Amino acid sequence: MLIDWFTVGAQVLNFIILVWLMKRFLYQPVLNAIAAREQKITAELADAADTKAKAHQQQIEYQEKNQTFDQQRADLLQQAKQEASAEAERLRAAAAEAAKQAKAKRAKALAIETQQLHAEIVQQTQQQAFEIARRVMADLADASLEQRACEVFIQRLQTMADDTLATLGSALKTTSEADPAVLRSAFELAESQREAIQSALNDKLGQSIALRYETNPELVAGIELSANGQKLAWSIADYLRALAISPPPATVEPDATEPA
Amino acid sequence: MRLTPDAWIFWQYGVVMLNATIVFTWILMAVLVLGAALITRRLATGHERSGWQNLLEIVVTAIMGQIKDVGLKNPRQYLGFLGTLFLFVAAAALATVIPGYEPPTASLSTTAALALCVLVAVPLFGISSQGLLSYLKSYMQPTPIMLPFNLISEVSRTMALAVRLFGNMMSGAMIIAILLSITPFVFPIVMTLLGLLTGMVQAYIFTILAAVYIAAATRSSKAAKAPAPETNT
Repeated sequence: MLIDWFTVGAQVLNFIILVWLMKRFLYQPVLNAIAAREQKITAELADAADTKAKAHQQQIEYQEKNQTFDQQRADLLQQAKQEASAEAERLRAAAAEAAKQAKAKRAKALAIETQQLHAEIVQQTQQQAFEIARRVMADLADASLEQRACEVFIQRLQTMADDTLATLGSALKTTSEADPAVLRSAFELAESQREAIQSALNDKLGQSIALRYETNPELVAGIELSANGQKLAWSIADYLRALAISPPPATVEPDATEPA
Repeated sequence: MRLTPDAWIFWQYGVVMLNATIVFTWILMAVLVLGAALITRRLATGHERSGWQNLLEIVVTAIMGQIKDVGLKNPRQYLGFLGTLFLFVAAAALATVIPGYEPPTASLSTTAALALCVLVAVPLFGISSQGLLSYLKSYMQPTPIMLPFNLISEVSRTMALAVRLFGNMMSGAMIIAILLSITPFVFPIVMTLLGLLTGMVQAYIFTILAAVYIAAATRSSKAAKAPAPETNT
């Protein structure tokens, strides 16, 4: 008999025990380990997906921020450019205004300087011309220049135009001893000269004119008669006035290269 | 020459005996359980794990995959029975490379015991799955006339299971023993390798057939009412 029933029973028992032992030591631990690992992997995948989603969200946020920053930077740059342009324009205008003012100031100073120089030249010229004329007159004749001036004054008085004479005469006639006419001369007149002038004046106007004599060197060898706002004068200054028509050549021109 | 390891008796007292079948079964049980316990003592749940753990996971998941392929929806429920069946028969066949070893599955007593286990397990799984009445009704499908034939089928397939495994394992051991006496060199090695292959195939066949019987028992009533969806994947 190939089948031993005791052995069959023992083997059935052995097999049942083996099933229990294998469940206990093999299947459950291995399946639990696999389940744990799968759970872990699932958790890791979920975590990775979550991290990925967060990263994506952050990426979007950073992109938006970058765009905002770019926009702000562009705006600021534009604003800075406009401000710089406005500032440059303002500075340019201020510089132009300052240059204009400086130019005007310099022109004014130049004009004043020119005027002063002109006046000085005129005065010097008058003095030198008088000096030259006086010396020439002294060398050429016995009569002094003053004498000659006196004569010229008398001559002018005598050859005066009628309308001028009438105006002067009406003024002179209003004078009196208390308020005489004033005869100014650059030099002290000699008594004879005074008499000559007095007599010429009396003759011309047909009445006695009260005179008061004054000396004023600024008249430059000249004689001046004034009464009640009317005046008859002769001096070297009259001739020298012609010099004033054209200014002296030695004047300073404004710098042409200076910015406007 | 012994035809079965049952005849290799170490100790006997009346009907109670300690033969090679039982002793080698104990040794196999010890090796399987101790090996599993040693490996599963420290199982890693992370990505890094030992080669032994990988081996065990491959074996367990492969068995579960086969059970699922047969059509059993909850493979973990049947893993203990079917997996142990496969591992025991496979281990018994693999150990034939050890000199002096005789596979317990070469004993008709062992294969009959395993077949009896299947014979009992199939109705148990069927009843737990669909209830006692529904399971018993499945024996009268498609008509009550089929009841005796179904019962005969139940017994005959159990016997077929036992005899098939016994015949293959016994013949394999026999062939190697005979060849060792005729041509002691090379040829027995080739036949041993062939025997290993035969043993693995028999372990697979035994397990798959048991799984098919269980699958048939657990869904026969549902299949009778409506065609079950194809679960073989």
